[in-house]
Amino acid sequence: MTRIDANPLDGGHEGPGAPTVARGVAQPRSLFDREVLGRALIDSFKKLIPTTQIRNPVMFVVLVGTAVTLIEAIARPNLFAWSVTIWLFLTVIFANFAEAMAEGRGKAQAETLRRMRAETEARRLVPDGTEERVPASDLAKGDLVVCEANDVIPSDGEVIEGIASVDESAITGESAPVIRESGGDRSAVTGGTKVLSDRIVVRITAERGRTFLDRMIALVEGANRQKTPNEIALTILLAVLTIVFIPVVVTLEAFGHYSGASVSVVVLISLLVCLIPTTIGALLSAIGIAGMDRLVQRNVLAMSGRAVEAAGDVQTLLLDKTGTITLGNRMASSFFPVEGLDEVDLAEAAQLASLADETPEGRSIAVLAKNRFDLREREIGADHTFIPFSANTRMSGLDIDGRRIRKGASEAVKRWAVEQGGTVPADLDPIVERLARGGSTPLVVADGPRVLGVIELKDVVKQGIRDKFEEMRQMGIRTVMVTGDNPLTAAAIAQEAGVDDFLAEATPETKMDLIRREQEGGKLVAMTGDGTNDAPALAQADVGVAMNTGTTAAKEAGNMVDLDSNPTKLIDVVEIGKQLLITRGSLTTFSIANDVAKYFAIIPVAFEATYPQLKALNIMHLHSQTSAVMSAVIYNALVIVALIPLALRGVRFRAAGAAAILRRNVWIYGIGGIVVPFVFIKVIDLVLVALHLY
Amino acid sequence: MGFFWTILVLIVLLGITWRYLGAYMAAVFEGRVQFLAWVERPFYRLLGTGEEHEQTWKRYAGSLVVFSAVSLAIGYLLLRIQGSLFLNPQHLGAVPPALSFNTVVSFVTNTNWQNYGGETTMSYFSQIGVLTVQQFVSASVGIAVAITLVRGFSRRNSPTIGNFWVDITRCLLYILLPIAFLAGILIVGQGAVQTLAGPVTIHDPLNGVTQTIPRGPAGFMGAIMQLGTNGGGFFNADLAHPFENPTALTNFLYIWLTLSIPFALTYTFGKMVKSVRHGMALAGVMVIIFGCWVTITAYSEHQGNPAVVAAGVTQTNTGNTEGKEVRFGDTTSALFNTSMTQTSDGAVDSATDSYNPMGGFGALTGMMLGEVTPGGVGSGLYTLLIYAIIAVFIGGLMIGRTPEYLGKKIQAREVKLAGLGALVMPLIVLVFTAIAVSVHSGRAGPLNAGPHGFSEILYALTSQGNNNGSAMAGLSGNSAFYNVVGGIDMLLGRFAIMIPALGLAGALAAKNVVPASLGTFRTDNSMFVGMTIGVVLIIGGLTFFPAVSLGPIVEQLSHGRFF
Repeated sequence: MTRIDANPLDGGHEGPGAPTVARGVAQPRSLFDREVLGRALIDSFKKLIPTTQIRNPVMFVVLVGTAVTLIEAIARPNLFAWSVTIWLFLTVIFANFAEAMAEGRGKAQAETLRRMRAETEARRLVPDGTEERVPASDLAKGDLVVCEANDVIPSDGEVIEGIASVDESAITGESAPVIRESGGDRSAVTGGTKVLSDRIVVRITAERGRTFLDRMIALVEGANRQKTPNEIALTILLAVLTIVFIPVVVTLEAFGHYSGASVSVVVLISLLVCLIPTTIGALLSAIGIAGMDRLVQRNVLAMSGRAVEAAGDVQTLLLDKTGTITLGNRMASSFFPVEGLDEVDLAEAAQLASLADETPEGRSIAVLAKNRFDLREREIGADHTFIPFSANTRMSGLDIDGRRIRKGASEAVKRWAVEQGGTVPADLDPIVERLARGGSTPLVVADGPRVLGVIELKDVVKQGIRDKFEEMRQMGIRTVMVTGDNPLTAAAIAQEAGVDDFLAEATPETKMDLIRREQEGGKLVAMTGDGTNDAPALAQADVGVAMNTGTTAAKEAGNMVDLDSNPTKLIDVVEIGKQLLITRGSLTTFSIANDVAKYFAIIPVAFEATYPQLKALNIMHLHSQTSAVMSAVIYNALVIVALIPLALRGVRFRAAGAAAILRRNVWIYGIGGIVVPFVFIKVIDLVLVALHLY
Repeated sequence: MGFFWTILVLIVLLGITWRYLGAYMAAVFEGRVQFLAWVERPFYRLLGTGEEHEQTWKRYAGSLVVFSAVSLAIGYLLLRIQGSLFLNPQHLGAVPPALSFNTVVSFVTNTNWQNYGGETTMSYFSQIGVLTVQQFVSASVGIAVAITLVRGFSRRNSPTIGNFWVDITRCLLYILLPIAFLAGILIVGQGAVQTLAGPVTIHDPLNGVTQTIPRGPAGFMGAIMQLGTNGGGFFNADLAHPFENPTALTNFLYIWLTLSIPFALTYTFGKMVKSVRHGMALAGVMVIIFGCWVTITAYSEHQGNPAVVAAGVTQTNTGNTEGKEVRFGDTTSALFNTSMTQTSDGAVDSATDSYNPMGGFGALTGMMLGEVTPGGVGSGLYTLLIYAIIAVFIGGLMIGRTPEYLGKKIQAREVKLAGLGALVMPLIVLVFTAIAVSVHSGRAGPLNAGPHGFSEILYALTSQGNNNGSAMAGLSGNSAFYNVVGGIDMLLGRFAIMIPALGLAGALAAKNVVPASLGTFRTDNSMFVGMTIGVVLIIGGLTFFPAVSLGPIVEQLSHGRFF
């Protein structure tokens, strides 16, 4: 049940936006892939169908406005009316293009996956023991299939017989094979992966058309994409901001009439389109799709956009100690001889005891002895007996040259030494206790009746994890370490790793209780898990990231699956969730702030015939009524295009406190949003005048 | 220098009422003030209700609507039959139907827009029994709604938001009646008229002139009209009349009375949600915008009238004195005017119609910001909270969290209700103004042509839509058209915001509280104050910029040219 390649240092943390290594579903695609671009262009027009377009109320209003100016342009043809009509139409196209671009990447990925799903044949076991060949799509839940070397596993299932190495690169992109075997937490296999050696019997657990691959395809394609709660709330706000500007513009016609100034319909429509929040309205759904896509790029599959959004809200992270906070295997770190003994003697005995011990712990003892005292590993002759570790004796060792060397749990080795007629040195227990309290595992070494001393095995905390937790703290996220260790050990590791709290001697029940308690306090909880007994907690947590190596139950309970099975990634998931919300908020602010400049462009010139005094408000000194209105409309359309990359990539996110993030974004998108359009509208006006267009 | 000291003393006194009146109001609405429980109990028994009968927001809104509808019906009836009622020494006849409608709506909605001249239209009974009574109860209703929204934040997982009848009874008994009584004594002590003896007729044998001088119970009415941010005075001239506003001291007292409860409610808010800092933040929003508008208006009125300048008359240090009482002067009148337009009070001690363009701009835009700085009693707080929720929503997104305000998540439902509440006012003001400038009966109203005429219409419908009641004058409002349109404007401006506010209270009260952390959008610091100011200014500014451009802004840029 070991993952062959498992190098725990791998999959180190990269911030969102950092160049990602493309694997598995995350096909390498640049942001503006040519194929994606081409398809997006076509899709932008397909989305013009009113029934589709109305799903985006802001752009629908623009589309209706375009129709009105078009009628006006046909009835009274002039350059101005036609130019406005064209640019308003382009505004809608640009918005659709942004959405199509975001979807395009997913569609391209889905195609790759579909190719993988292409007709596989399955070897189904019939009750009488023979095999029959059926297409994979005919498999039903509960069927048994046989897979041998070079067979593609036809559907999701559970190994019920045998052990095999499996190449899962098709799904995870990870080329090193993994072991799948019956029983235990490593029995799940995914359809589309390939058996490399041996023979297994798999019981199919997926309904027809509901396999992991099917769900993945639907997901990256955005087939069942629904608006997330936050997206709905924002859409409502945008609708309000759209509705409020309709009477503003319509009544302006009446006000103008009363004042003896007639404002053309084309100018009024232009004003309306400039005022309603088209920038964020155009980019809103692209931002959401791109957020999901960013997770996919990092090999995390979110089952719903809701989960991604919840990730940004998480206030408590439950992190498994082993594999997430620590490297997961205990390593020998020092030798503590009892009084009157040299460290080197202890090291030599310890090395001997570990010679035949192939566990990582055993290897680390030999390596430590070699590094510290340059003790070469002795060639072992034939005259030795290796005493393997057993749960009963709780120790292991070697009988060699008449010496009987043992290492193991303190109580077991002490008892053994006494049985051999020895005594326990008085300073042994204090050493053992001190090490245990420090979070280490003490291994006592005895040579026959003589107790030599203690080896300290330490669970090594991952490098850089402490800084990561500090960042989390700044973001207001509490980290809780979950471990099966006793409270003493847990406390020591918790302190070393810098987590805020820990749950020691954790069982699935205590874990569940902790999640419930946090949620009752109004907090959102995220956790990772892989075992079947993690499933209830994964389901209860607001964000449950299941490891792809985990059981089917775990994968179904969670709302995200990490294909790399790297629990540390939970932290990335949180950051991507936050980045998604920040991008929405920032562009909303920018969009609203832009209105100020657009007013100053249009209002002074709209009434210039009646009230030339209002020219004093034309602070940009725009050339004429037509050039001013055109500049505002053109700016309004082009800014959408200019912001597509930002919407797809997300605004830059740095872990920091709320106050710092807010200050930064208010400056860039709020104040910037007021200033930027003044500059660009003026520039566009200058260009239009230089081209002698108006 | 005098103006400086006026401001300073005002700040100190408002600080005192903010702190102590605010805390006292919190105690009243948390049920900790009980000394008049023996008066309360029979009331509740009669209505079959009581403190323990908590209401959901829908029931609360239902009670409020029923109560207001009954108030409207009784008020209308009494005005229509005033000729046959007592306390009518002038034998004034029935108030005409359209005017009765407009007037009773005006007082029930806490607007106090007056399309009538008090001393020539209303009997003493109508002034006391209809208008003054409504000045008390409409203020209570406003405060009650604000308190439910505060409860929305302070309660958790609660299906109910309080009891309407208990809230308004306590507000009347413990807050409005005692303070108005004390203030009334002070005002009458300063020389305001308080009598039921009818007008006096004076014959001047030297000049051979006979003059009728109206009198009435003006002093005490002045107290509640200001304390409850009503603004509808006994006399047509309102607080420019020396019988109701006899001295500089009463003038100052009126400003203080008007501002006291709206500001103090932010402390009440802070106290009830157990974070005075949050109350301070809201007070900060109010103080900053209010301060800016006082500055604009006072500065503008301190300048000479541009039309006079254009006529070639040099004015030095006189300020714009047209339409102002010499005893109050230019800047203090501007302070008074700003206080009344930004509190939804609407009382006047000078003629807004004669203000310089930017002075008129100050009064007009002060109302267009939605009456939140500090706004009317109660309505100021709940409307500001609506804007704050929008600010929190946008700000919260910008830090990457589902936004929370005081631990309450701001989600689709809250945004919908807050959006509705913020949308109503600009919508009705713009639409009704557009109707008024488009139909003949509407165009007949203004006495001036051109942009000033437009300003007069816009001002009237802005004032009524915001339940302010300030009149620019220069508009003949007592026409069937303006009475009816104005009445609808006032009703929508009041209840179409109150109901969403109650809905918000219900939605928020039902929510659990998310504990604050370093990652939470702070709603009690200067950043929040800045963002809320931004939302108030941007919503008001973006919706009214075109309309204002065609009114006061054109006037200002015309430098005194007439149209």
